Amino acid sequence: MAEEFILIPGRTSKQGTTLNEGKYTDGYLEEISTLQICEQDMQRLGLSDGDQVRMWNEIGEVTVPCKTSKGDELPPGLLFISYGMWSSALMGGDTQGSGMPDSKGLDVFLEPA
Amino acid sequence: MSIAELPVDKTDELKIVKDATCTFCGCVCDDMELTVEGNKITKAKNACVLGKSWFFNHHIEDSPEATIAGQPVPFEEAVEKAADILLAATYPITYGLSDTTSEAQRVAIAITDWIGGTIDTTTSVCHGPSGMAFQGVGEVTCSLGEIKNRADFVLFWGCNPAEGHPRHFTRYSLMPKGQFLPNGRKDRTAVLIDVRKTKTARAMDYYLQLKPRSDFELAWALRGIAAGVEVDPDIEQITGIPLDMLEDLVSKMKEAKFGVIMFGMGLTMTRGKHINTEAVLALARDMNKYTRFAAKPLRGHGNVTGADNIVAWSTGYPFGVNLNRGYPRFNPGEFTTSDTLARGEADAALIIASDPMSNFSNPAREHLSKIPTVVLDPKLSETAKIATVAFTSATYGINTPGTVYRMDDVPIPLRPAFESPYRSDQTILTAIETRIREKQLAAL
Ligand code: SF4
Repeated sequence: MAEEFILIPGRTSKQGTTLNEGKYTDGYLEEISTLQICEQDMQRLGLSDGDQVRMWNEIGEVTVPCKTSKGDELPPGLLFISYGMWSSALMGGDTQGSGMPDSKGLDVFLEPA
Repeated sequence: MSIAELPVDKTDELKIVKDATCTFCGCVCDDMELTVEGNKITKAKNACVLGKSWFFNHHIEDSPEATIAGQPVPFEEAVEKAADILLAATYPITYGLSDTTSEAQRVAIAITDWIGGTIDTTTSVCHGPSGMAFQGVGEVTCSLGEIKNRADFVLFWGCNPAEGHPRHFTRYSLMPKGQFLPNGRKDRTAVLIDVRKTKTARAMDYYLQLKPRSDFELAWALRGIAAGVEVDPDIEQITGIPLDMLEDLVSKMKEAKFGVIMFGMGLTMTRGKHINTEAVLALARDMNKYTRFAAKPLRGHGNVTGADNIVAWSTGYPFGVNLNRGYPRFNPGEFTTSDTLARGEADAALIIASDPMSNFSNPAREHLSKIPTVVLDPKLSETAKIATVAFTSATYGINTPGTVYRMDDVPIPLRPAFESPYRSDQTILTAIETRIREKQLAAL
């Protein structure tokens, strides 16, 4: 059954280095498409590294592989993905008069694919 | 002219470029020592992992100098088509500009002015909300040099310099010995406030884990505590941080001789946006009742700070400026690119060194793919792929000289490593501007 999470897209150093190698390299595409989930949530959802998960909100939907986040980097209930095409697919066009769409702290649903 | 006719340094001669500048992130470190072999940088002394990947991956690629609808064309033909597209539009937008020189930014603004367009930069989807907050509550500012020499209390909020600006700690904010901090790191107290316990947390003395989307409440609680207002212990339910920890943080801030808050997109991209940043800026301002305190945004791209500066000194506003009425009008939400695209208003786009087709929302991308576009980029991108007219440009800092602004608004000169067969953004934009003026004057 789908559960509600908060998604934080952000930068990582691997995203930065692979970006320079090229936006069409396997390294970059892997980095921006992998969803990080904390260990407790991985276990509860019965997920292992590399499993596909479906993530969606009222804007869009993506199916991406997941991996366990390092150490205690993420608290339960929070997801992380590197900025890129997949995070953008869940971002709405409305900026509430600010010019900036909600790009971090997005409400999403998640379930194993 | 075809690319084969342009000068290319084919020699394999070894060259050392000292004091070169890395333009990958807003730190713009200007102490690089580059070893250049022909058209390739083989060593980048002093560069961090991001800087190295920047320098090592910008060799010359075999792309056509200019294309129309994906087909290679002579440069002049592409300039002609670009001028026609921009002149025919009723709501043209210019966007990008954070990864190019300030000299090129200036020409892009001039073009936008001649055609009565809207100029916006990647700032609007990065620290644009901070720009609005500066206007709202002011900015208590300082240079990175002051942070290096004076800041004994450094608070990072909603940012991850360990991964985004790897040399920020060692060059400016944490490790260096400064005039008033002879023991470097030992003389500083470092705190991170963030929703994720990122790599930055490991370099800190204290880490406060904040619940997502409660930055505004936290900043106001800290302001209240600093002013002696009784804050409800329920603040822990909202922010995830117990009141006594917040009180302790405020005492540490007050005890500092020189404190600084460095904030990132954790504030500006999260619900609340400019209101979050305003609260943090106001906190820094309040702290000046007790000691010296400043707040600085951590800027991402190499010359995004230059984009703000150049747009501001040309038009009076930092981003999202419409020039259609012959005078500048600033209105985030109306003239910012996410909006002009998502609402389907823009009818042509000039995009310089950025990739909105990868980063923007679905409705914005959909509209951008339907309108004629002129795109300048050293590398192929999703945006370059859909361009009506695409120019391959030389990489700033590696191939072209010019000026960039460091994240603390200090201008830094670039020292290129080797020549590119491609033209610089400035040269391409100047050619487009010249053609636009010729056509406008001929029509008088
Ligand atoms: S910190 Fe930024 S500017 Fe300095 S070397 Fe690294 S990527 Fe380049």
